[in-house]
Amino acid sequence: MSETTLGGIAGRMPKFIRRADPAVLTAFACIVVLLLLGSLYSRSFLSPEYLLQQLKVASFLGVIATGMMLVILLGQIDLSVPWAVAAGAMMACAAAAYGPAGVALAIPFGIFCGVLIGIVNGIGVAYLRIPSMIITLATNAVAQGLMVVYTGGFSPQDSATGAMRYLATGFAIPGVPNAVIIWALIGAAMVFVLTRTGFGRTVYGIGNRERAAYLSGIDTRRVVMIAFAVSGGLSAFGGVLLAGYASKAAQSMGDAYLLPSIAAVVLGGTSILGGRGSYLGTVAGVILITLLQSILSVMQMPEAGRQIIYGVVIVAMLLLYGRAPASR
Amino acid sequence: MKDWRYWLAEQRGTLLALGIFIVMFAIYSANHPAGFSANVVQTAANKGVLLAFVAMAQTLVVITAGIDLSVGMIFLLTNCLASWLVVGTPMQTTLGLIAVLAAGLLCGAINGAIVIYGRLQPIVATIATGAVYYGIGLLLRPFPGGSVNEDLADALTGRVFGVVPASLVVLLAVVLVIWVPFSRSVLGRAAYAAGSSETAAYMSGVPIRRGKFAAYALGGLLAAIGGLFLTFFTYTGEAAYASGNAYTLFSIAAVVLGGVSLFGGKGSAIGAIFGALAFRTIGDLLFVFDFDPLWQPLFQGVILLIAVSLGAFALFRVRNRLEWFL
Repeated sequence: MSETTLGGIAGRMPKFIRRADPAVLTAFACIVVLLLLGSLYSRSFLSPEYLLQQLKVASFLGVIATGMMLVILLGQIDLSVPWAVAAGAMMACAAAAYGPAGVALAIPFGIFCGVLIGIVNGIGVAYLRIPSMIITLATNAVAQGLMVVYTGGFSPQDSATGAMRYLATGFAIPGVPNAVIIWALIGAAMVFVLTRTGFGRTVYGIGNRERAAYLSGIDTRRVVMIAFAVSGGLSAFGGVLLAGYASKAAQSMGDAYLLPSIAAVVLGGTSILGGRGSYLGTVAGVILITLLQSILSVMQMPEAGRQIIYGVVIVAMLLLYGRAPASR
Repeated sequence: MKDWRYWLAEQRGTLLALGIFIVMFAIYSANHPAGFSANVVQTAANKGVLLAFVAMAQTLVVITAGIDLSVGMIFLLTNCLASWLVVGTPMQTTLGLIAVLAAGLLCGAINGAIVIYGRLQPIVATIATGAVYYGIGLLLRPFPGGSVNEDLADALTGRVFGVVPASLVVLLAVVLVIWVPFSRSVLGRAAYAAGSSETAAYMSGVPIRRGKFAAYALGGLLAAIGGLFLTFFTYTGEAAYASGNAYTLFSIAAVVLGGVSLFGGKGSAIGAIFGALAFRTIGDLLFVFDFDPLWQPLFQGVILLIAVSLGAFALFRVRNRLEWFL
């Protein structure tokens, strides 16, 4: 019923809107509404400085959500984000303590640790056929255990290297924060991979039906494994950037990124069952979540209220367009 | 086959969990400085039943081929609620108990309604509702505090006749009052059938929706009983995010150790209880062998990783490769 009306309206719209996913449009519409609401609350909400600052904060979530999206497109999920983020940040900071070579290799080493976590996830999901939510929870616990043992239960004293700080807070192009540039680069690479390469097509194929993809002669297990490794690496890279932003690593720094990264991907119209979704939607989801967080903190909403609003917003948006088909 | 062999095949997971638990507990109590005494058993039982209740809650949902990542948060929320309500005169305490249990049931019912009638994926839906429950818990207890009816708390965490830990008696009662009737009812069988093959169950006219809904709701109730017990042990309410997450995680480990299939339709809450007790005992083994407690999270994580990887052995029995891809 509603689809026919939508079709009727859409028929009269320009082509680029007709082709767009209604979920992505809804997400962008919500961003506009949030900006308007925010500007009613405070004049400075629409100032370029504020918006650029928001974009910078969003880029950390954006990098992490990029990896999450790749995994969700496969119809899987990566719950090891919290400690992949923390491990990336802490290991990068730890590497910096080992002389000039350590400083130079800090960022690659942090990402490498994330990739390792991702590979364990990938082996579990692709080759051992363990449900992804279970194996990623388990690797998350192991990563946490390793970090706790390594740091002796305290936050590490090592601080972020200059390069990490430069990546997160510097300005290579005047007026544009480096973090935003990094997100744009990673995003562009992701769009290219998803739409222009065989790997990307395979990801969508596996998300739709892994059996069919396997029967088409694709080594689906290798693709799943690579996707998880990329997700782990991007989570760790997000952690490296966060450590640069805060100029040090902390144990619980990743906890705040699990729910938002899943929410950003899902709110952007990517199907949680896999096989459907666009990166543009994820960008919209990330900005939407960041703006929501920002408005809630401007309104001095306590942590409790923020958690409740997150949960309710995610369930509400999912009920709008994330439901499984009713027919059996 | 004879009847008892069917029974044995059905209970294999449970019996294996029981075996692991007995072996682990024997090692634990043999190396404990105080030896196998009523005190050691009581302490171990009190720590174990918390996880056992949460694991039972997880089992009910896992049997339907779902998962509840909010059990830990329901556990926290009811702990915070109990630290406000389960106080005062016996009358007030009773009303408080009922209110806390009803709150848990409601949380579970909300999960069930969203997953079944809202047709959302259990993982995402319960992560989101978990955030809401944690938020409410934090609203109730921004800082650790509160109190509980201490007479009741001491009675339920003490010993019956000076020997048997009271918490185990309550656990047994809960099994007899909630799990046994549920698993033998039409709804319970519907929950199993839905987990085993939802399409086949639907075609056979099994009330799968009501069965799954009952499983989620009762899961909330069991998590609430766990939350109550946490309050009885600590005398306070605390909304600790890490603790809630840990209980969710450990409940999954306990369920797997207890022989409950994560793909649904197989296993029992009794197995999960032994899984929970075994998991707790394994975690505590580090203490009796004088390891640094810092190693405990890693140790538990590795056990969890091994436990979930054990399921992969079923792959060797698969003849048709296509069955790898569900």
